[in-house]
Amino acid sequence: MNMVQAINSAMDVMMERDPDVVVLGEDVGYFGGVFRATAGLQQKYGKTRVFDTPITECGIIGVAVGMGAYGLRPVPEIQFADYIYPALDQLVSEAARLRYRSAGEFTAPITVRSPFGGGIFGGQTHSQSPEGIFTHVSGIKTVIPSTPYDAKGLLIAAIEDNDPVIFFEPKRIYNGPFDGHYDRPSKNWAGNADAQVLEGYYRIDLGKARTVREGEVLTILCYGAMVHVVSSTVAEMGIDADIIDLRTLVPIDIEAVEASVKKTGRCMIVHEATRTSGFGAELSALVQERCFYALEAPIERVTGFDTPYPHSLEWAYFPGPVRIGEAIKKILKD
Amino acid sequence: MDQNRERRNLPPLNLHVPEPRFRPGDTVDFSGLDIEAAGTTRRPDETASPADMRDMAYGLVRVLDDEHRAVGPWDPRLDGETLLKMLRAMALTRAFDERMFRAQRQGKTSFYMKCTGEEAVSVAAAFALHHDDMCFPSYRQQGLLIARDWSLVDMMNQIYSNRADRLQGKQLPIMYSSKEASFFSISGNLATQCPQAVGWAMASAAKGDTRIAAFWCGEGSTAEGDFHSACTFASVYRAPVILNVVNNQWAISSFSGFAGAEATTFAARAVGYGIAGLRIDGNDPLAVYAATKWASDRARANAGPTLIEHFTYRVEGHSTSDDPSQYRSVMESDEWPLGDPIKRLKRHLIGLGLWDAERHAAMDLELAEYVKNCAKESERNGVLGHGLHQPLDTLFEGVFEHMPWHLREQRDQMFAEWEASKK
Ligand SMILES: Cc1ncc(C[n+]2csc(CCOP(=O)(O)OP(=O)(O)O)c2C)c(N)n1
Repeated sequence: MNMVQAINSAMDVMMERDPDVVVLGEDVGYFGGVFRATAGLQQKYGKTRVFDTPITECGIIGVAVGMGAYGLRPVPEIQFADYIYPALDQLVSEAARLRYRSAGEFTAPITVRSPFGGGIFGGQTHSQSPEGIFTHVSGIKTVIPSTPYDAKGLLIAAIEDNDPVIFFEPKRIYNGPFDGHYDRPSKNWAGNADAQVLEGYYRIDLGKARTVREGEVLTILCYGAMVHVVSSTVAEMGIDADIIDLRTLVPIDIEAVEASVKKTGRCMIVHEATRTSGFGAELSALVQERCFYALEAPIERVTGFDTPYPHSLEWAYFPGPVRIGEAIKKILKD
Repeated sequence: MDQNRERRNLPPLNLHVPEPRFRPGDTVDFSGLDIEAAGTTRRPDETASPADMRDMAYGLVRVLDDEHRAVGPWDPRLDGETLLKMLRAMALTRAFDERMFRAQRQGKTSFYMKCTGEEAVSVAAAFALHHDDMCFPSYRQQGLLIARDWSLVDMMNQIYSNRADRLQGKQLPIMYSSKEASFFSISGNLATQCPQAVGWAMASAAKGDTRIAAFWCGEGSTAEGDFHSACTFASVYRAPVILNVVNNQWAISSFSGFAGAEATTFAARAVGYGIAGLRIDGNDPLAVYAATKWASDRARANAGPTLIEHFTYRVEGHSTSDDPSQYRSVMESDEWPLGDPIKRLKRHLIGLGLWDAERHAAMDLELAEYVKNCAKESERNGVLGHGLHQPLDTLFEGVFEHMPWHLREQRDQMFAEWEASKK
């Protein structure tokens, strides 16, 4: 399966297992979603379980919170992560705080799916990576898969979770594992071991990172599409790096991070999101606090620049093989 | 060039900034207010098409007339026992407010908000709803809990953030939550409850349940985007929900004109969404009851949502942190032409021969005494300022269902720092 099919399969499995799972969002019903992630679900489960909504993100999330309070398990979709901001109040002030403020009386067991990230010539409003906004909010979990196998297992775990989960789907790798070489023909998921997705139910627990590659000289912390860009760059350069795909940003798998950095003594962080106050800053602080005496070089961050996401200069902005490669050389020099 | 020359003869543009009619020191005269006589507004069928009841959004449903008789097609014809219970719940709400306001002034809690003059809006509505219909209130519908016979001691425990507070001192006073009373957790962020109520109602409908939902928000809050989302969703899915707009004329210091009242009514918002809209006398408990019953029957018949504008007046300051004499005439509340909801129901019951001034005075004394005893009981669990009432680790509980490592670590660090500081 490609990643879209895996995500579709996760929702199918959960709707089959739990009659309280409902899917809502712009164009998700009859049409099956602008990325086809919900294709066929309305036909199979009916209009009262999979339905199109008006174009109001604050409404979509507000309504999902109310449905959650009733006892349903809503899976709302925000068409692009760039359009999640109108729903911020409902996510930050309501979904994230409901359990806490009512001391557990009411909860918001919702999973907000949203395609995110760049590399598709999406320009300013179809490319953003706003995960840092959500990792800063107490009461929300943030999950980002990087393979079809993980996408299904993590989405099932997210839907089963009794807390609100933001599930960002790196749309650049919906169809194939993008290596960052925009000038080469793109690959698809066919034949990739991580695309061998089981048909039925399985889950990957939230809060657990995945070791993509084991190595000795350098730890690279990454997630989403960057996992593939980092992996291929490391392979091309012949670097014996430890690559960790975080998968869940909050709560983060601190043991995996710590163990790796203590082993290698060097840590590099790669994300597409802008640099200042991005999630990389938190990662850097955690590593510095916990692995200070093991560090042999300053922690390196390769991120999007502190600019809005550009259109024509996308490949200058995107943390691709050139930028990652230079950072690797730099961190290994010390 | 040409356009510039043409424009030279036009008058300069003019920005309109609304201004209330009366400011501090002004003599108040509400005679210009267009108020229909009781009993004159028609009562459409509960399943009427919204298009056939647009006039209702501009009228004013009133049942109690100037002589406090129930008149016209909206008279719900309630039995005496129910009316007396309603009167008692409204009086209890007021007595509770009095006591808690005083408690704040005495420093027993940090904050309080009264609903004086608006008791009918929540109490009479609660009487018209089923006990398990889900209410999504704002902070000014304490009458819902009281009408549902919820424990005053429990409410006070929350206000005092004491050791018996079910919300573990996590919430600002008056932000109650009671799943058992079908009273949704109150949020500090205005209007967020509006789409949530619609979502709850949609879930109930999707599940083939028979319960409905209702939200309450102030007229000021209708300007929030969430209100628009809620109306759109309610209309699109014909959700079994009642959208209550409590138009008490003021949003802190801003008069209703800043929410659009100069141009239209709040009930008329319904017209644009294709929702049934009713504008009612919010100080008339029988009108509130009748309109809520109409709307709940409509919702339960799968005929869709109803938006009700409760036309009322915020008699007291916005909260214990507010001084209304800074922005409005102190005469306003006395001159308010729709009177006081408790006095109106009282006089109605006296007129029916079911009540009298002596019994009413005795009831007020009894309720004040009852509230005082509840307060004493609650205060035995502590008041705000008497130290840290909850076990310290509750600070970290309930962020998530299961406490993740980083919160456990922060909790342990907090304990370690407290311990270390003692040495
Ligand atoms: C989103 C948001 N903005 C502002 C506030 C601050 N605030 C609290 S109450 C209030 C006035 C609300 O007025 P209205 O909706 O008319 O209700 P009323 O207080 O009259 O019952 C304001 C501005 C808030 N709590 N939430």
